[in-house]
Amino acid sequence: MINASLKQLSQALAARQISSVELTQLFLDRINRFNPTLNAFITVDAEKSLAAARAADARIAAGNAGLLTGIPIAQKDIFCAEGWRTTCGSKMLANFVSPYDATVIRKMEAEAGLVSLGKTNMDEFAMGSSNETSFFGPVRNPWDTERVPGGSSGGSAAAVAARLAPAATGTDTGGSIRQPAALCNLTGLKPTYGVVSRYGMIAFASSLDQAGPMAASAEDCALLLNSMVGFDERDSTSLERPAEDYCRDLEKPLAGLRIGLPKEFFGEGCDPEVMAAVRAAIAEYEKLGATTVEVSLPNSHLSVPAYYVIAPAEASSNLSRFDGVRYGFRAEDYANLDDMYMKSRAQGFGAEVKRRIMIGAYVLSHGYYDAYYLQAQRIRRLIANDFVEAFKSCDVIMGPTSPSTAFKLGEKAADPVQMYLSDIYTIAVNLAGLPGMSVPCGLVGGLPVGLQLVGNYFAEAQLLNVAHRYQQATDWHQRRPAGLE
Amino acid sequence: MSLTLEQVHRIAHLARIEVSESEALSTQGHLNGIFQLIEQMQAVDTQGVEPMAHAQDLGQRLRADVVSETDRRAAFQAIAPEVEAGLYLVPKVIE
Repeated sequence: MINASLKQLSQALAARQISSVELTQLFLDRINRFNPTLNAFITVDAEKSLAAARAADARIAAGNAGLLTGIPIAQKDIFCAEGWRTTCGSKMLANFVSPYDATVIRKMEAEAGLVSLGKTNMDEFAMGSSNETSFFGPVRNPWDTERVPGGSSGGSAAAVAARLAPAATGTDTGGSIRQPAALCNLTGLKPTYGVVSRYGMIAFASSLDQAGPMAASAEDCALLLNSMVGFDERDSTSLERPAEDYCRDLEKPLAGLRIGLPKEFFGEGCDPEVMAAVRAAIAEYEKLGATTVEVSLPNSHLSVPAYYVIAPAEASSNLSRFDGVRYGFRAEDYANLDDMYMKSRAQGFGAEVKRRIMIGAYVLSHGYYDAYYLQAQRIRRLIANDFVEAFKSCDVIMGPTSPSTAFKLGEKAADPVQMYLSDIYTIAVNLAGLPGMSVPCGLVGGLPVGLQLVGNYFAEAQLLNVAHRYQQATDWHQRRPAGLE
Repeated sequence: MSLTLEQVHRIAHLARIEVSESEALSTQGHLNGIFQLIEQMQAVDTQGVEPMAHAQDLGQRLRADVVSETDRRAAFQAIAPEVEAGLYLVPKVIE
């Protein structure tokens, strides 16, 4: 059961081979055993999880269960969940118990009947690529506990990789689903911007943030995505679109698929062994009937600079709500109202969050707005246009997810710029608002490598098909870290 | 471009984040490293390019002007640092 797919778990629950309570207890026991080492969860509440599992069992008994009813899942601690402590990895929210559910939580738990196992660790306010900025300490990579799991959805990635949960949610602003998926040997999907509601998902950069599934296979991701999407009037950028079944095209043959290989993603800057694994995956796709074509994303080298203007600008605005008045941390001693704000924010935020707020405040300030913020938005347009042009000659774009395998804890923590460059291949996709995936495609020195797939707008079903067929032909996604039996 | 220590203090004040003198120094180093990265943008000619604020070109959706939320004042105030008689308490701002 530990390594079972969601489909297998669904069948076992339907056939009464196992109850949701038993299944939930099985994973809670694994969390008890392995979380002290991995630190993948910030909050676990067995009573709450088991109560949800009992409700799921009742639904199954009453014959009104969905495909996912009763299956346990780990939720990134960025999603507000009523009655659950929701910290966003920050001291600012260390004691915040949410009075409401995010739409993602409501859809997955109340509607689909998934059972929450707890809230997973993450970089503070999703700002980081290693999970080292969390107020609750770093998460360790189950493949090598001296290494990072990636970030910001590092707790979700480690939890699923170590099979402390069958699957998890993540959010991706600049690569926060895809990069940890790559570093922990998971399949992760960031949908087209606007497909999954952002209501109740604590905001980092509102024009980039998007939630998605992290799981062991493309098929699992497709099932989860079905439960997450949908128009939500509570999210002003939620898209009204006809419902679709993301499983519908999984088995479609890949003959004739045109894969675009951006020359900028196959040049310098990537570890040669990672690149070799990515090229081997592309050769596998050719065996499956796909053809490759070179494409160009000439402005992609500007994606990291533009992102580090746009994301901090939006963050400085979003995080102005944390002022110690209505919720969250308030400093003990202060002289007046302004001093209360300044001290509460100084003590409640970690160093990386403060840096990004300050960058944002600067690029939005009088005299700098045009040179930085507007220039970054113009470059964002150039980057998005590059993808439009590239998709004229291909169906899907492929390349590495991350330029290296998991790095050592502490290796990049002191140098923000080095850390930022670990998202060099993922950020452009967020700026353009396109869907992207990471799929396991090899091991280098015992550490996982991710293949990134980028699709056109709303091409999630196609991306999942492309990933699934590869996973039918290879077994990289079934490799598990040792020592966690 | 390089930020002076004075500018770092000004930005910190704009952001309402208290910084000590030693924090300002390390922040200055980090921010200047980040701005060095950002500076690459300045070499790009973007004349005539429409700024892109958003991935989807959407207008603001409007909704009917009717009450759509229930009153959850007690639940929301229960998580506040300091409340009294249904009010949020902050230090005195008017003498």
